[in-house]
Amino acid sequence: MKRAFTAACAATILALPVTAETIAPGDVTYEDGAVSTSLTGVPGNPEEGAIVMGTKSIGNCVSCHEIGALADVPWQGNIGPALDGVADRWSEAEIRGIVANAKMTYDGSMMPSFYKVSDFIRPGIGFTTKPLAPEDVEPLLTAQQIEDVVAFLVTLKEE
Amino acid sequence: MRFKAMTAFAGALAISAVGAANAEPVDDELVINEDVEIVTKTDAPEHMEYIDEVMSGWLFREDDTRDMQRDDFDNPGMLGVEAAMETWDEVDGTAGKACSDCHGTIDEAQLAGARAVYPKWNENAGEVWTIETAMNACRTERMGAEAWDYNGSDMINMSALMSYLSRGMPMNVAIDGPAAETWEKGKEIYYTRYGQLELACANCHEDHYGDMIRADHLSQGQSNGFPAYRLKDAKLVGLHNRFKGCIRDTRAEPFAIGSPEFVALELYVASRGNGLSVEGPSVRN
Ligand code: HEC
Ligand code: HEC
Repeated sequence: MKRAFTAACAATILALPVTAETIAPGDVTYEDGAVSTSLTGVPGNPEEGAIVMGTKSIGNCVSCHEIGALADVPWQGNIGPALDGVADRWSEAEIRGIVANAKMTYDGSMMPSFYKVSDFIRPGIGFTTKPLAPEDVEPLLTAQQIEDVVAFLVTLKEE
Repeated sequence: MRFKAMTAFAGALAISAVGAANAEPVDDELVINEDVEIVTKTDAPEHMEYIDEVMSGWLFREDDTRDMQRDDFDNPGMLGVEAAMETWDEVDGTAGKACSDCHGTIDEAQLAGARAVYPKWNENAGEVWTIETAMNACRTERMGAEAWDYNGSDMINMSALMSYLSRGMPMNVAIDGPAAETWEKGKEIYYTRYGQLELACANCHEDHYGDMIRADHLSQGQSNGFPAYRLKDAKLVGLHNRFKGCIRDTRAEPFAIGSPEFVALELYVASRGNGLSVEGPSVRN
């Protein structure tokens, strides 16, 4: 549906500033783990991204990563690498790929896939223990939240 | 942790320092009531593929939590054991019997050692039983009493008494013979990545014990301390309830408490702790 619509309106959309369609989780193209196209076409907001990463009920990235720039967020975990200087190590497209689905970069990674909706085993409704029908699974983060997180992470340079 | 050394921000360094202080299990010894020696660390059983040394969750807890377990007067889980000691002598059911009619007085401790070998194959039933299944079979078949709720306080307290009677003995569940099939099933569950977070028991308790996941210091997820008095819940918590919580935290639908899946998982997890002392009721946060 969405796609047909996009195709039909392609000409108009090209002419407009930022009305690009959101790319659905199943339609994201990974190249060696990297995702070069913005998921929304709307530039990410790094401040929002920092909130997503530090908030338990949203991204909760700090449960596994230490992030010096978020030093006021207590109890940062150390399951994954500290994210300081991450933008020196990875390009924006690579960071987008890791945040959207880290398993495309690191095979078998413990890091959850934040922009994925299929192939889960016994998915539940949040942390309620109740079953969630596979077709009702929403990605852990919205496309724009991913873009916000990416916008924040590309600022984490040390060099 | 690969990139830790690269953290430059002062804040991150402070956090790393806290993490580092907590990162490893403590070097400490557990002797309960200055009498019962507890093996909290030993060579991994032969079937373990990725771990050389098995460790009790006690080694991963803070000083004050560990101290509560050194003396039964300080261990709030002992209240459950005491309650079960009363139940032990209470007649219940149509047969007019109490546990003590068949198993002797608590002081005789005829059931000492039972906890260490459960879950165990039951020949008559043709399946693996947990000690809870066995206790409910006594109630329904021998006492003519109603089965206890698997996760109810009567059951958890009596389970704690069973642990107490075996305290200090090495966990030694059998995984071969007729139990092998159930054990394999438990192993498969242990390595399955459940829920929307796609996390297996092994992700947290095999690959990352010693690390911090937010405020939680990950242990090996051993079962030898169960039932465990959880300070957070202010009560004794049964093993299947713990399994349920861990699977829930992966944004999954857990198996039911007492289900064949959790019985199989219990056998497998218990076998990973073979050699560690039974230490229930333990104290955990
Ligand atoms: C359950 C643990 C976990 C959570 C939660 C998690 N990560 Fe990760 N992350 C990892 C691990 C582990 C790695 C290292 C890759 C590997 O070995 O699999 C990693 C790697 C990364 C990397 C590459 C780092 C580098 O320096 O190479 C980035 C970027 C990243 N994660 C961002 C995030 C963001 C953003 C979130 C939240 C939206 C997040 N992570 C949540 C475990 C996690
Ligand atoms: C997302 C991480 C995570 C996953 C996945 C997970 N656990 Fe846990 N588990 C924890 C945390 C955190 C604790 C509390 C701290 C500790 O003892 O490790 C815990 C505690 C336990 C304990 C109590 C240990 C003790 O000594 O008190 C057991 C037993 C346990 N887990 C078993 C399991 C099993 C079996 C599975 C899979 C079905 C599992 N866990 C999956 C995070 C996890």
